[in-house]
Amino acid sequence: MPSPSILLAFLLLALPAAAQEVVEDAIPRSLTGTPGDATRGRAIVADRQRGLCLLCHSGPFPEEPFQGNLAPSLAGAGSRWTEGQLRLRLVDGKRLNPDSIMPSYHRREGLHRVGPAFQGRTILTAAEIEDVLAFLMTLREEAAP
Amino acid sequence: MIHRALMLALLALPALAQERRSGFEDMAPQTQAMQRDDTSNPGMLWALEGEDLFRQPAGPAGQSCASCHAEGSMQGVAARYPAWDTARQAPIDLAGRIAQCRTDRQGAPPLARESQGLLALSAHVGQQSRGLPIAPPADPRLDAARVQGAALYAERRGQLDLSCAQCHDDHPGRRLAGSIIPQAHPTGYPLYRLEWQALGSLQRRLRGCMTGVRAEPFAYGAPEYIAIELFLMSRAAGLAVETPAVRP
Ligand code: HEC
Ligand code: HEC
Repeated sequence: MPSPSILLAFLLLALPAAAQEVVEDAIPRSLTGTPGDATRGRAIVADRQRGLCLLCHSGPFPEEPFQGNLAPSLAGAGSRWTEGQLRLRLVDGKRLNPDSIMPSYHRREGLHRVGPAFQGRTILTAAEIEDVLAFLMTLREEAAP
Repeated sequence: MIHRALMLALLALPALAQERRSGFEDMAPQTQAMQRDDTSNPGMLWALEGEDLFRQPAGPAGQSCASCHAEGSMQGVAARYPAWDTARQAPIDLAGRIAQCRTDRQGAPPLARESQGLLALSAHVGQQSRGLPIAPPADPRLDAARVQGAALYAERRGQLDLSCAQCHDDHPGRRLAGSIIPQAHPTGYPLYRLEWQALGSLQRRLRGCMTGVRAEPFAYGAPEYIAIELFLMSRAAGLAVETPAVRP
């Protein structure tokens, strides 16, 4: 009979995995259990070293001159998808489209020749992903045609 | 042999299916003008330095490159590299060959990759193929490395998990932030890159793309780069050499 503290340790270890549980095309539960912060999320999305989103996407960022056009505009993302759907697309969109060029922001496995500075690390932390999600959910208006 | 050739042809297909264009075509008119005009092309400074070095004696026997290579004999050479090096039984790129002549034939101190001297000599030799079509040799001993290069080009790598092909075959002409993604034809190397404020080799460019996807780059001179170059040169066959080119 394992001691209660070992059981507790197991439960804690199992937590992140349970939090990432995929239901259909979504991860309904928050990765952290704490709501994200949309202002921080916006800063992450616009940051070319952290979120990298504007390398490929455009969006409602009038102050950002160089936005990519490899991917759909982020404008309106919060009305096209539920928070859970967006969570899966950020955590590991390749579960939905294995050929996608969009990086999996919260996946460590299955990568090849990762640079030493990035080994064993996800692109964004769970808290950063929740911040980005809080921001994406504020994007209700579609891009002007 | 036959199915190697077939495999190469198939691998090159996606690139050939679209009209091939040098990265030159995607540049702003001012940058194009800078490349076209030798008096404003900063790469010419390196090429001129290379011309001097070519004639400078080095090593114990006091021989220069020009002692062995007559005026004009370097024409077309850059268009057909990488080539097979019988001494090492491996493919060798142009910079590698220049460095090898320097140590093995002149007995002079080695020229490191990306050193000023090696870039200058590569620019000088490369310039003598300017305007000539890229013409990879039909040497079957290069096939294995070329196939390896094609595989490296198609392989996803780094924390961002992207392959060369995903950007350069699937999305050329699109914008990655402010940069137009070129088709990745190695037409102008070594070239002057505005971002570097210096001349740099193809291997430096490839390292940039690898670290960009947060992958561990190969060491300078690694056989993997030469394999990728072999593949890129066969994919670019027929396009004109632009050395020393200018890029943003
Ligand atoms: C290297 C390119 C790339 C980067 C970087 C990238 N994305 Fe994407 N993203 C895509 C592509 C391409 C799609 C289209 C669907 C697909 O291919 O999976 C997409 C789809 C999406 C979608 C669904 C769009 C829709 O409405 O259909 C959202 C939301 C999204 N990305 C958000 C983000 C955010 C937020 C970031 C940064 C934290 C980001 N992406 C970074 C390429 C990228
Ligand atoms: C995420 C996108 C992306 C990936 C992945 C990528 N590249 Fe690039 N590459 C670029 C961009 C953008 C440029 C142009 C840079 C500029 O203009 O500042 C470029 C430039 C180049 C050039 C220079 C072309 C010229 O005209 O001089 C070569 C060659 C090249 N890449 C090869 C490769 C190879 C080989 C790989 C894989 C090891 C690779 N790239 C991976 C985006 C990418």
